[in-house]
Amino acid sequence: MSTTNQSTHHTSTIGSIGTPSRRNTELALLVFAVAIPVFAYANVGLAINEEVPSGLLSYGLGLGLLAGVAHLVVRKFAPYADPLLLPLATLLNGLGLVIIWRLDQSKLLQSIQQAGTAAPRQLLYTALGIALFIVVLIFLKDHRVLQRYTYISMVGALFLLLLPLVPGLGQNIYGAKIWISVAGFSIQPGEFAKIVLAIFFAGYLMVKRDALALASRRFIGLYLPRGRDLGPILVVWFISILILVFETDLGTSLLFFGMFVIMLYVATERTSWIVFGLLMSSVGAVGVASFEPHVQQRVQAWLDPMHEYLLSRQGVGGHSEQAMQALWAFGSGGTLGTGLGQGHSDLIRFAANSDFILATFGEEMGLAGIMAILLIYGLIVERGVRTALAARDPFGKLLAIGLSGAFALQVFVVAGGVMGLIPLTGMTMPFLAYGGSSVIANWALVGILIRISDTARRPAPAPAANPDAEMTQVVRPS
Amino acid sequence: MNKPLRRIAIFCGLLVITLLLRDNWLQYVKADTLATDTDNRRVAIERYATPRGDIIVDGKAITGHTTTSGSDFKYKRTYKDGAMWAPVTGYVSQAYGATQLEYIDDGILTGNDDRLFFRNTLDMITGKKKEGGNVVTTLNAAAQKAAYDGLKTRGKGAVAAIEPSTGKILALASYPSYDPSTIAGGGASDEKAWKALDKKNNPDDPSLNRALREVYPPGSTFKVVTAAAALENGLYTSADEKTKSPLPWIMPGTRTPLKNEGNIPCENATLRVALRYSCNSVFGKIGADLGNDKMLEEAKKFGFDSEHFVPVRASASVFSDDMNDSQTALSSIGQFNTAATPLQMAMVPAAVANDGKLMKPYMVDELQAPNVDTLEKTDPEEMSRPLSEDNAQILQSMMETVVKEGTGTKAQIGGGVTVGGKTGTAQHGVDNSEKPYAWFISYAKLSDGSSPVAVAVVVEDDSAVRDDISGGGLAAPIAKSVMEAVINSKK
Repeated sequence: MSTTNQSTHHTSTIGSIGTPSRRNTELALLVFAVAIPVFAYANVGLAINEEVPSGLLSYGLGLGLLAGVAHLVVRKFAPYADPLLLPLATLLNGLGLVIIWRLDQSKLLQSIQQAGTAAPRQLLYTALGIALFIVVLIFLKDHRVLQRYTYISMVGALFLLLLPLVPGLGQNIYGAKIWISVAGFSIQPGEFAKIVLAIFFAGYLMVKRDALALASRRFIGLYLPRGRDLGPILVVWFISILILVFETDLGTSLLFFGMFVIMLYVATERTSWIVFGLLMSSVGAVGVASFEPHVQQRVQAWLDPMHEYLLSRQGVGGHSEQAMQALWAFGSGGTLGTGLGQGHSDLIRFAANSDFILATFGEEMGLAGIMAILLIYGLIVERGVRTALAARDPFGKLLAIGLSGAFALQVFVVAGGVMGLIPLTGMTMPFLAYGGSSVIANWALVGILIRISDTARRPAPAPAANPDAEMTQVVRPS
Repeated sequence: MNKPLRRIAIFCGLLVITLLLRDNWLQYVKADTLATDTDNRRVAIERYATPRGDIIVDGKAITGHTTTSGSDFKYKRTYKDGAMWAPVTGYVSQAYGATQLEYIDDGILTGNDDRLFFRNTLDMITGKKKEGGNVVTTLNAAAQKAAYDGLKTRGKGAVAAIEPSTGKILALASYPSYDPSTIAGGGASDEKAWKALDKKNNPDDPSLNRALREVYPPGSTFKVVTAAAALENGLYTSADEKTKSPLPWIMPGTRTPLKNEGNIPCENATLRVALRYSCNSVFGKIGADLGNDKMLEEAKKFGFDSEHFVPVRASASVFSDDMNDSQTALSSIGQFNTAATPLQMAMVPAAVANDGKLMKPYMVDELQAPNVDTLEKTDPEEMSRPLSEDNAQILQSMMETVVKEGTGTKAQIGGGVTVGGKTGTAQHGVDNSEKPYAWFISYAKLSDGSSPVAVAVVVEDDSAVRDDISGGGLAAPIAKSVMEAVINSKK
């Protein structure tokens, strides 16, 4: 009895030895993750055209095939991986495809070239994303390899972040300069930078964490870091401010800085970093907002979306009715929604299937649907954090928490923006929204998390090999 | 490292909970406010998403619907003989809102009325599409056509016809009119038609509902009200009693005689003779003798000085309450401040024909659910009693004399139908500079003594020579054809 208690007490941090691989659980969940979008797709077709869409079979087969291949690769190359991540991502990706296809059917969006052929392209991006996911699993045998590329990652991340500022390459879309245009494709380098930056932070903090944590003075209950240790956080802060000023995107800036603060806190276990982080981000945001008109306008539109709507209706330049239209979409959905295909979220017009895709879910699936979607995101984050807890090496812990923290922040910033909780930013809901960069980058992110969780849950590494003292308490259930 | 990790996990949980709370606020607490916000285009889309119910005359719909292309508003209103029925239906437009019956009974027509709630909920469960209910009017298609066609040949004007025993409105015509179908959509052609209706661009003001919303000086037709006041107040007790009416009669407080039209036998004429020849001097003096208060009291009993809701609002007709005796005299022959809607002037003969009982005029007989169940039925309602039964019959015989051998001979019908009426020619404009209005008010009585119709016709004829305009010549033939149409449709 006492042994059992002991063992359950500790499985939350270890959960590895003797546990089944859970691949069959994953497969069963995947069946649902593919079946639900297929039913949703049929539902949309019946609602809009009163017939089962002709592409149902190929869509179902396509999504099923992609999920199946991904599953087989996980089974072969990461057999002990977390069983929930792949099905959850597949479900979101599939539902996103359905809603993108549903918005493709909107005559209004077709007439302003905002939709029409987005779904097939998104399916292609999904295929590319899952291909990258597979590449990650096959070639990244151990996530610790990434540690070697710490400083290359830094250069790469900076390069990606600054790409949109290169003249002739960067694109200004709806006021935010977070896009580049290559060979007719729009790419959001920030989505990839998110991952590369997490690798850099994890590698850097793993090395520096002792210095950052220990060499500090106490002041009013807080550990104050030494002046020279403040360097890295100041640099990251400064780059975030640069992004905010030159790319005028609050979301990207907040995401990177927030990710860094989270990782710094986890690495050093010093609450003072959180306080510093919050202080610096508010100083930065308020400071930039005081002179940057685009940011001010986003804040105005957040405070009074109706005013913004009326200005836009009067044809006053630079204003957008999207925010108010999104609120109406949510409100009109109510508790249970209008049913798939029966809403009018196309009234949002611009970016209805990308930045604002959540509003369509809100209108057509209602409060119930949005809560389900948010909980799915919550579960993905929870599995990510659990992976971080279970990981045996500090680099893996930091990387996992960085990626899941960034994922959580992104969901919060985008969903909060669309729902009018915080000012709007130019980011997209991971997996749901139309956009190649987002889908591909997030599949890679899930790939890395799966790799870390596989390493973490893999049985039989010698406890001594674990450098983290806390992790060495292994209890074998008798 | 695991302690901060657990804290971060809690932080991420809080982020998700914040989003969940915000979503509950948006989609539960604020859902109704947002969903019914009039700026939310879904409200309008929903409104035009189902075929609108119909407005019905004589069992046939005078409205319809058609699908629109290139718009998110699916259905558009159409009208049959739109211009003829416009004073009844009003319009409903995707761009310009709704008026009159289309506005007042919008809930029934769109199916959004609370009385349809249970049915709608049931339909939602069974997957049936929402439908609009119908508005069944009291109008008479033949009478309306006779009225409209009559006005079309005569020029600007209006007709109102009522069934005296119930107050049912049988005809309500206005000319020039407009076809509400042309402004029912939201496209460029609708906008063009809408702008053309604007009074600034069209001095004829075709969208004005003259039968309910325009007040005209009623001229000599008002003498019926004055005669009723004389009888009711006991000033004279019979149609054939000689009145104390000198000729010329100088208006009190002035040196101006109240002139009659031409050389007519008005000195001490009986009420019957005075009404037959339309003696200004006799009725002017009656007004002055009774005084402002008594005249006002009688006018109010006939419905003057208040708006009527039939259920479309009819403007208040005017009889002033602060006049001296000479002004009262002028008002009592339908000049000075006196002004009346055609509907009001149809209520006058209706009350006389109904033996002194004025029934409240109405034009919606019943409201029907989509499956033709009755949701609401209007019952005839007595509004007032301007005349005692005896006095009403005295006034009837006087008005019948007018048609038999007086100024209204053109309204005679024959074949056992007795017509009682009164002509009127009202001057207006500064120093009477503008063309007068030709009036005729009348009722028809069948051989069994029942009266199926009372009617008022007003015509403003720009093309006619001033002297030619007289109620008997221009308006009486229209009144006659309307009355005939009603009588024939009852057979």
